[in-house]
Amino acid sequence: MISHETIEKNLGLLIVLTILIVSVGGLVQIVPLFFQTSTTTAVAGLKPYTALQLSGRDIYIREGCVGCHSQMVRPFRAETERYGHYSVAGEFVYDRPFLWGSKRTGPDLQRVGGRYSDAWHVAHLLNPRDVVPESNMPAYPWLDRPLKDAAIQTKMRRLNLVGHGYSDADISGAPGELEGKTEMDAVIAYLQVLGVHAPKN
Amino acid sequence: MSDFTHGFWPIYISVITLVSIIGTWVFLKSQTTRKLAPGEKPELIEHTWDGDLQDLNNPLPRWWLGLFYGTLVFALVYLVLWPGLGNYAGVLKWTQLGEYEEEVQKAEAKFQPVYAGFMQQDVATVAADADARAIGKNLFLTYCSQCHGSDAAGARGFPNLTDGDWLYGGDPDTIKATLTDGRAGVMPALGDALGADGTKAVAHYVLSLSGRQHDAALATAGKPKFEENCAACHMPDGTGMQAMGAPNLTDKVWLYGGSEAAIIESIAKGRNGVMPAVAQTLGTTSNKEAKLHLLTAYVYGLSQKR
Repeated sequence: MISHETIEKNLGLLIVLTILIVSVGGLVQIVPLFFQTSTTTAVAGLKPYTALQLSGRDIYIREGCVGCHSQMVRPFRAETERYGHYSVAGEFVYDRPFLWGSKRTGPDLQRVGGRYSDAWHVAHLLNPRDVVPESNMPAYPWLDRPLKDAAIQTKMRRLNLVGHGYSDADISGAPGELEGKTEMDAVIAYLQVLGVHAPKN
Repeated sequence: MSDFTHGFWPIYISVITLVSIIGTWVFLKSQTTRKLAPGEKPELIEHTWDGDLQDLNNPLPRWWLGLFYGTLVFALVYLVLWPGLGNYAGVLKWTQLGEYEEEVQKAEAKFQPVYAGFMQQDVATVAADADARAIGKNLFLTYCSQCHGSDAAGARGFPNLTDGDWLYGGDPDTIKATLTDGRAGVMPALGDALGADGTKAVAHYVLSLSGRQHDAALATAGKPKFEENCAACHMPDGTGMQAMGAPNLTDKVWLYGGSEAAIIESIAKGRNGVMPAVAQTLGTTSNKEAKLHLLTAYVYGLSQKR
């Protein structure tokens, strides 16, 4: 057996052994997830985000929504009663990066699609207290400005590299789809599609 | 856990896990200096640092070693009891889904009898029951308050449920239908058809319907335009039509505001009042029907004089 002294005096060997030990958890718990059907196959009906939804998702990221809103319904009754079916891995195959979040100052948003009307979202984003007087969410009035997402086609092409499968028509039509929309429209389009393909109860 | 794309992966997981546990055990064992006999001096390691710093090869404290081996034993026991080694389910047969379903069943066993009692009663009876109101209030706060407010008094564009004025009707069946299927009220934009002057004239006629301050000449000019463009839904006398969700314009209730400017905006740009089908989001348990019933009763009771 290799002696303590040998390891201590050979920095390279020490580094190799350290990496080996600390990578065990990842090799066992993370790597196999890439080879499981439930984690790599989309749930029925789930499609890659459209150009408008994709832009809205980037605004969601830009505004830091993930800091206060999770997108992960855990399998506890208290959560499934309030939000709906618990999240499953196949719902996130087109989320790069995923926006699971880790803190709920506001409610979880994984099942928010279709739950409120577009008009509600407009009122709520302009000033949350107009509809929910108790809310401590900040207002986002500046979202009511023209959407400028010059990189949309590049983004879609890059996502195709990891298998989102946008067609040429999708990509060439993207700027047209964003034409005349506001950032608010994009965020709402994104929010309204969240969880609509969740497993049914 | 059994949906790996290839049979290799369960073996891969099991082998790395066990090798890492046993390997660290063997490795630590091989590196541990034996316990010294009483009075025995520890060996001096043959290196000197910084001129005079020397290193003694003292054995590791036994309690510390005990803790480390303890973690290894814990890991092995864990892997026997719970899932962890590839497809092996563990002696306890624990699954995340199983735990969730157990929790749900326990709750349903507790609540089902309560709900069953209310399901026997009609909405009006349930609405008069204090316990049902307490449950209904919780349901309302969870599922409805975001739009209608925690006091159910609504907000601009979201109806007040406490005032006895109903867009689609306030009888129990209609309330239940609204909750089940949602509503989509559509008022078309008439700004282009009426023009700016026409819109203003109609607005003043609408103001006159509920006796608000208005310009009589404009209102007179607006009356025929109202009859032509608006009366199909709002009725010739302006009292509205619940089948369409067209509001009564002769009362003091204004969903989008009753000022001249707000009315002009409504006429010019139209309105889309959407209520989602809430019944679909009333949780995941078999109590959905009962929750719908209790919620209907709560909303019905909000505007009943008690």
